[in-house]
Amino acid sequence: MKDMAVQSPLLEIKGLEKRFDLDQGFLETVKFKGGRITRETRSVHAVNNVTLDVNRGEALCVVGESGCGKSTVARLVAGLLTPSAGEIYYEGQRIDDLSRGEIQPLRKKIQMIFQNPYASLNPRMTILQALEEPVRHHNPKFSAAEVRDKVTEVMMSVGVDPTWIKRYPHEFSGGQRQRIAIARALTVDPEFIIADEPISALDVSIQAQVLNLMLEAKESRGLTYLFITHDLSVVEHFGTRVAVLYLGTVCEVADTATLFSNPKHPYTKALLSAVPQLKDDRPNHIRLKGEIPTPINLPQGCPFQSRCIFANDRCKSEKPRAIHQPDGSTVACHALEEGRLDADAPGL
Amino acid sequence: MSTETVNPRTEPSRWSKIWNSNMGYSFRKNPVAIFSMAVFLIIAVSAFFAPLIAPYDPYDPASIDIMNSEYPPFWVSGALPEFSLGTDDQGRDLWSTILYGTRLSLLIGICAVALQAFLGISIGLIAGYVGGRVDSLLMRLADIQLSFSTLMVAIIFLAVTQAMFGSETFNQYAVYFLIAVIGVAEWPQYARTVRATVLAEKKKEYVDSARVLGFGPGRIMVRHILPNSLSPIFVISTVQVANAIISEASLSFLGLGMPPSQPSLGSLISSGFDYIFSGSWWITAIPGIVLVVLVLVINLLGDWMRDVLNPKLYKG
Repeated sequence: MKDMAVQSPLLEIKGLEKRFDLDQGFLETVKFKGGRITRETRSVHAVNNVTLDVNRGEALCVVGESGCGKSTVARLVAGLLTPSAGEIYYEGQRIDDLSRGEIQPLRKKIQMIFQNPYASLNPRMTILQALEEPVRHHNPKFSAAEVRDKVTEVMMSVGVDPTWIKRYPHEFSGGQRQRIAIARALTVDPEFIIADEPISALDVSIQAQVLNLMLEAKESRGLTYLFITHDLSVVEHFGTRVAVLYLGTVCEVADTATLFSNPKHPYTKALLSAVPQLKDDRPNHIRLKGEIPTPINLPQGCPFQSRCIFANDRCKSEKPRAIHQPDGSTVACHALEEGRLDADAPGL
Repeated sequence: MSTETVNPRTEPSRWSKIWNSNMGYSFRKNPVAIFSMAVFLIIAVSAFFAPLIAPYDPYDPASIDIMNSEYPPFWVSGALPEFSLGTDDQGRDLWSTILYGTRLSLLIGICAVALQAFLGISIGLIAGYVGGRVDSLLMRLADIQLSFSTLMVAIIFLAVTQAMFGSETFNQYAVYFLIAVIGVAEWPQYARTVRATVLAEKKKEYVDSARVLGFGPGRIMVRHILPNSLSPIFVISTVQVANAIISEASLSFLGLGMPPSQPSLGSLISSGFDYIFSGSWWITAIPGIVLVVLVLVINLLGDWMRDVLNPKLYKG
């Protein structure tokens, strides 16, 4: 961990927040409450004070339940959304407030792979058009032959037959489409790829192929991944580090091996215990009670308090800060900080 | 090309692609569509080749003899064999005049719709893609435009221009005035439809991926969103051509459109209207039937196209 600390991270996310306003018009914000007219704006707090680092060459996996803000984090980093607060730095340069012209060089470096390969390719464009367009756009000086060479090269590297270029996306299967979507991201020679659940829409038999393809690309092209997923077995296979998100807040960040062998945050423990295992003849899942609170009215204090068996008064009033642990992980939990977790946990 | 051998599949020709597509199949299975298309093509082709088909040139005063006026069509007694559909009040051969008139009506209809489409698609794309205040502003403009009836706007505009430039100049440029006024008056139809489709398409991931790849908004709108919004545009285009032809005919009927020396279907109907009770019903009736048939087949084609391109029935 020492040498990692010397090298500055490729991507730094600092105190990132994103709120989506529910009441958009002026009239919607006017409320009649307790005999007087007030203005209030409700908003969905999708991402709350997320701080993450992604180092060069690693694959940081972001996991969490649906609705916890994973995809929002990915879209914020990709520049598809603008953060409500916080900063994003790429190679030390702030990228979240750039204009469209200023961000252009970064578009070559940061690329994104989307969840649904049935929607992420333009249905009216042939594969050739879809792959040539970004090459031409970012390399205006390329000759037609150079563009064609680049397209052929990326298609070969993702294992799609380059003679299929005249076909339309609907002529391909889901796995092939996702390969083509990956090829399109690779056409501009990126160094950082944001993958927003790239395999969750695919058949299980295809998932491993696509995952291995992404790992190969990582080795051969020196890519860095921000990998959004809800599938913990994928994380174990793919990720070098894992960040666990709950209700738009980071609970725990740790190396993959550390996290799987020694989860610390109560939510991480519950999440890991939910992974089905073959050897499980006596499953002892941690059963979480209740539902995720609505992100419109966030609970004060720890976001996990309503479902945590260790929650006490402090958890209900004070937001836990991320604290570095001796094994390199970072955990935001009062109970861990106070050593309450080691006590005999009820229900375990 | 360098060393690798890329053998593109032998592509089927464009025509066979269209013929074998879903739309081609549904066309072949739909007798109404085939019939409408056939009638439309007959009208359109004969109108387009009017100078070749028509026995007389109704625009040439030298070929018109006022003494030939009001001869009935061939099946009525007293007809002259050289005027198969009879003649109008000025002694023009009705068959030739209808051919030329249909040509003018179609030309005005299609050009006006092209203008509507250009304005409406640009405004709709910008409103839908940019959103926010631009969207509100443009859509309120469209609402204001829609709250005036097309005919009212057209009548005011044409009456004012006629008074401003005088009949002589107005008659000379009547085609352009008609195209402009019908084109401008109906753009909100397109703008609203396109905006609605853009709002739906904009949320799809291929638009996000185009943004991440760094394409500009203009490129995304024109190259990525527009090709995916074409089906509703096709459907309203057919209906709008029919509407534009009707608008043109109404304006000409009211004396604000094409001058009697260059009659469109509408002005022909209108010129025969004065003689309808004196027995010369054919001057109004025959162009009227042509107009109704033309508009009807275009509307039937539009109906068929709406059914085929309906995303609930078939998603292309």
